[in-house]
Amino acid sequence: MSFDVQKVRADFPVLAELINDKPLVYLDSANTSQKPNAVIDAMTQFMQHGYAPTNRSAYQLAADATDKFEGARAKVATFINAPKVHEVLYTKNATEALNLIVRSWGTANLSAGDAVVLTHMEHHANIVPWQMLAAERGFTIRWVPLTSDGLLDLSNLDTLLDGAKAFSFTAMSNVLGTINPTAALCAAAHKAGAIAIVDACQAVPHMPTDVQAWGADFVTFSSHKMVGPSGLGILWGRESLLDAMPPFLGGGNMISDVKLEGFTYAELPAKFEAGTQPVIEAIGLGAAVDYLTAIGMDNVRAHEQDITVLALNSLNDRFGSDITIHGSTDAALRGATISFAYRDVHPHDISQVLDQNNVCVRAGHHCAKPLMRLLGANATVRASFYLYNTPSDVTALCDALSEAGDFFTL
Amino acid sequence: MPGLEDLYREIILDHYKSPRNRGSLEPPAVRSEGHNPLCGDEIEVFLIVKDGIVDDIKIGGQGCSISQSSASMMSAAVKGKPVEQARALIHRFKHMMSIDEGGEEPDTSAPLGDLEALQGVVKFPVRIKCAVLSWNTLAEALDIAAE
Repeated sequence: MSFDVQKVRADFPVLAELINDKPLVYLDSANTSQKPNAVIDAMTQFMQHGYAPTNRSAYQLAADATDKFEGARAKVATFINAPKVHEVLYTKNATEALNLIVRSWGTANLSAGDAVVLTHMEHHANIVPWQMLAAERGFTIRWVPLTSDGLLDLSNLDTLLDGAKAFSFTAMSNVLGTINPTAALCAAAHKAGAIAIVDACQAVPHMPTDVQAWGADFVTFSSHKMVGPSGLGILWGRESLLDAMPPFLGGGNMISDVKLEGFTYAELPAKFEAGTQPVIEAIGLGAAVDYLTAIGMDNVRAHEQDITVLALNSLNDRFGSDITIHGSTDAALRGATISFAYRDVHPHDISQVLDQNNVCVRAGHHCAKPLMRLLGANATVRASFYLYNTPSDVTALCDALSEAGDFFTL
Repeated sequence: MPGLEDLYREIILDHYKSPRNRGSLEPPAVRSEGHNPLCGDEIEVFLIVKDGIVDDIKIGGQGCSISQSSASMMSAAVKGKPVEQARALIHRFKHMMSIDEGGEEPDTSAPLGDLEALQGVVKFPVRIKCAVLSWNTLAEALDIAAE
């Protein structure tokens, strides 16, 4: 199927909004993505015609709701090529998915003397849960450094992994846009006897994902970054690992039996899904997966690569030495998330001027403070593109940036 | 919609480009540190209180034009003033930023000087945190100095 960005844009009602009579230029999709009618309609339809509890009540409406809820799980499993549908777990968000791994697998497997390997480009969600458990258990955390062009420096990887029990890393940096060699990193982890955990929040929405080809043990991502609703994350894990892990949250739905003396827990996936689930959101994610599948993830990646090349060239051509783009200049090694510094103008001030032109970017530390320290910045401006962004969005960014430069001439 | 000129008044850009009382002080000066966890801005306030007077103040850290100019104006406004007056000004400034801390309505009879220019920030709710960061950090430094 050929990719037509204007057709895609027509699917996203918010992109037609005018704010203060100017069109919206949404360049914050690494933060969260906009929603197509297919997702909005699926959720609305479900609430209007099919809403009921799942996996408990026996009447027809509840049975149908359960089918849709479990059907969405199956769609997600296919989308990431998970071997088994019940290995796909619903969580509140990707952050909770990572916390689940750390609390459940980590508590069962990590103690003083052990080591976990992370990288210098992780989101706080893949740092802080480990630090919290490390403070209790006394294991050490080792860090994979970066090269000067924002790639992982793998020259010492085998030494870092030696004796480690887990290697947890991002498939794509939410700041630098760097796409990491996930399959090779998983293989290196396994060679050292460690499990491989992939934070795929920035990857799953933007490129084809095959958890089996990666050879990962756990993969986490969020619905809201892949045109689905907020309030829902996904944890995929190998059945053998999930089966051996203790439950994370206790309550309804996750039990097999409860007596005064104690409880036994349910089979996967219910074991890790305590309480009422985000049913409407799961229906929405199912629709998002259908939508992205129909467009084709290869097409999404190809489009974003084109936009990345255009954006990198335009920013460099127009602003030359006034702009410092962080990360790799090679669009083959990166996604369409571009962080930069512009002269001495503070990112907050840049985003304020951009906002006057409805150009929506993120200014800040992007929940990656260790990486920001490495870049020697408190904050960066980050423009992140998705399947609905066009070359004219790149022009709008450059025009607004030029205005910011004029305004803040120091 | 409020325009950029409502936010970035000339006097603000002047304080941003030429910040007053920039630097640090050695102990026995007290030091406090403020962070804006949303954007990563950092402010350091160094303070010497002598006989109930803000004898000296220096500002360190880095941040956007609003947080830096607010800190600069604040340092100029409180230097040489009695501690009570500095505290009253903190209360008044936060009130101007529509932050209700309870207590009495601030006395607004005295002219605000340069600080008046920050009034426009209140039209940009996201930036109020930037403007207030240094003031909260000063309040903490005054508390430390009073210990």
